[in-house]
Amino acid sequence: MKPLTLILLGLALVALILAPIGQGNYIVYTLSSWLLFSISAMGLNLTLGYAGQVSLAQAGFMGIGAYITALMTLAGIHWVVAAGVSISSCFAVGLLLGWPALRVQHHFLAFVTLAFNTLLFLVLRNEEEVTGGSFGLVGMPRPDFFGLSTMSNLNFYYFSLVCFLIAVAVMWGILRSPWGRAFKALRENPIRAESLGLKIRRQTLLAFAIGSAFGGLAGAMQAPLVQFIEPGSFGLIHSLKILLMVVVGGSGFFFGPMLGAAVVILLPELLRFTEGYYLMIYAALVIVLMVFSPNGLIGAGQKIWLKFKPKHEARRDMQKGFQL
Amino acid sequence: MAELLQIIISGLAAGSIYALAAVGFTLLWQASQTINFAQGEFVMLPAFFVLVGLGFGLPLWAAILLGLGASLLILGVAFKKLIVEPMLPHGTLPLVIATIALGLLMKESVKELYGATAQPFPAIFPQTVYNVFGASVSVQDICNLVVSMLAIGGLQLFLSRTRTGRCMQASAQNPAVAEILGVDVKRMVMYTFLINAALATIASVLISPIYLAKFSNGETLGLVAFIAAIVGGFNQIRGALVGGLLIGVIDNLSAVYISAEYRSAMPMILLIAIILLRPQGLLGTKEGRTV
Repeated sequence: MKPLTLILLGLALVALILAPIGQGNYIVYTLSSWLLFSISAMGLNLTLGYAGQVSLAQAGFMGIGAYITALMTLAGIHWVVAAGVSISSCFAVGLLLGWPALRVQHHFLAFVTLAFNTLLFLVLRNEEEVTGGSFGLVGMPRPDFFGLSTMSNLNFYYFSLVCFLIAVAVMWGILRSPWGRAFKALRENPIRAESLGLKIRRQTLLAFAIGSAFGGLAGAMQAPLVQFIEPGSFGLIHSLKILLMVVVGGSGFFFGPMLGAAVVILLPELLRFTEGYYLMIYAALVIVLMVFSPNGLIGAGQKIWLKFKPKHEARRDMQKGFQL
Repeated sequence: MAELLQIIISGLAAGSIYALAAVGFTLLWQASQTINFAQGEFVMLPAFFVLVGLGFGLPLWAAILLGLGASLLILGVAFKKLIVEPMLPHGTLPLVIATIALGLLMKESVKELYGATAQPFPAIFPQTVYNVFGASVSVQDICNLVVSMLAIGGLQLFLSRTRTGRCMQASAQNPAVAEILGVDVKRMVMYTFLINAALATIASVLISPIYLAKFSNGETLGLVAFIAAIVGGFNQIRGALVGGLLIGVIDNLSAVYISAEYRSAMPMILLIAIILLRPQGLLGTKEGRTV
């Protein structure tokens, strides 16, 4: 890594640590929720931006994570164990769901996950003995670590930040490994990737399952953050919201999901003065963004940056060769 | 037995309206690889155009014509020119997101500009109920079924018998070759969008007297149309028709015989089963794998 990048990352970290200090409860809460949705969107970015498959069940996976964590922590089990179980169950469900869907190309995963998310919502709502039905579950404890309680919002923010940093590091590791490079190869040119000996189906399936596991972690954090979960928070519309985060930020860029999550969570707050019209304005903005810059905000930024940057003319014949 | 007959008939009537939406969905997919996530809202919106027309004191038939015109203009021409066309070169994903956002925009606009409550919608057909072999069958259901069947049948005839229709099929199957053979592919795609808008208007006018016109109607309708299209076979109009009817009947049957709570789960289970066992859909033909 270049020293400039390191300095910028260091500054970003300092900013993240300082951000909640001296802020009101609501802002700290919103920041924690931003961290959590960033994790979830990061997972979806692996599926969408790197492996090129649309998943419409990311909120469903968060739901699985949140309900498992809620039920286990309410039963007195420590959060770390509950989160571990949440993450691994989401991984397993991802494998089970993706295996049949990825037998066929096209966007079948999108349809299967869409149906899955809707089914999950119905199960969460109807199986009242376990999930509390539409009243949901209340009063999940926030975890203790080595005697440190995360009950206050500020402490919980730092707890979320630690989880977030771990998730970022894991994702960075995955993407840098030869195995993560295979994902990129898949996205850029699947036929060539296959001819170089990559098992496309296995790679895509793993990307989807890992992405789902990130959703599970985000869900495991949501249960203690909100301390109230109900089926409505994990419906299809929320999956679409997370998908929006990835695409608005810029799918396939490492920092796209974080930016997208910030926009999707903060924009409604900024547009609050427009009262009932904010969703309309918001939707219109997304359409405009997609029409002008399908690569999201980071893509738009790059385009503008490239306009001003002195150009280095690449050999055109080489470029042609890469595409073959 | 009488009960079963009654359930099946009302299921077919509802299903035929789903089929209208599903056919439009399939057409858009074939002509321009657009997965229209706003299809449900496309069916929700025309009813409000009609209501606005009625609000100006127009008679029902004139209001419906006004609704049709507005739909063709907004859901057909504007949707194609402003959203789909500039995005097509970038692949399906940005377009999927844009249609999701478009659905949200339409829903919120209706809610803010017209009203959040369900609006009564004048019935076009008499709501008399006849007793046939002990089953009560409403004229409205039968008329809905007949009108949608006529619309889909007419469309099928248009696509297979007329020159324009064949050109449309050619541009859907292989735009490059169609272009070489002198077909104006762009115009054919535009026709497809217009047909989709017209089908949505018909579906809207038929379904709104039953479910009332409400801004959130699109959510369920869109999902059902979506599932109907996949269950039937994504590359066939017949498929969408069969899928729509099947979903309508299954939906009604499961509401009565299985459980009202899991009623909306049945179409999903059917969808997953179809994708597992017959991914090309019931009537679909296998497409070559893209990779």
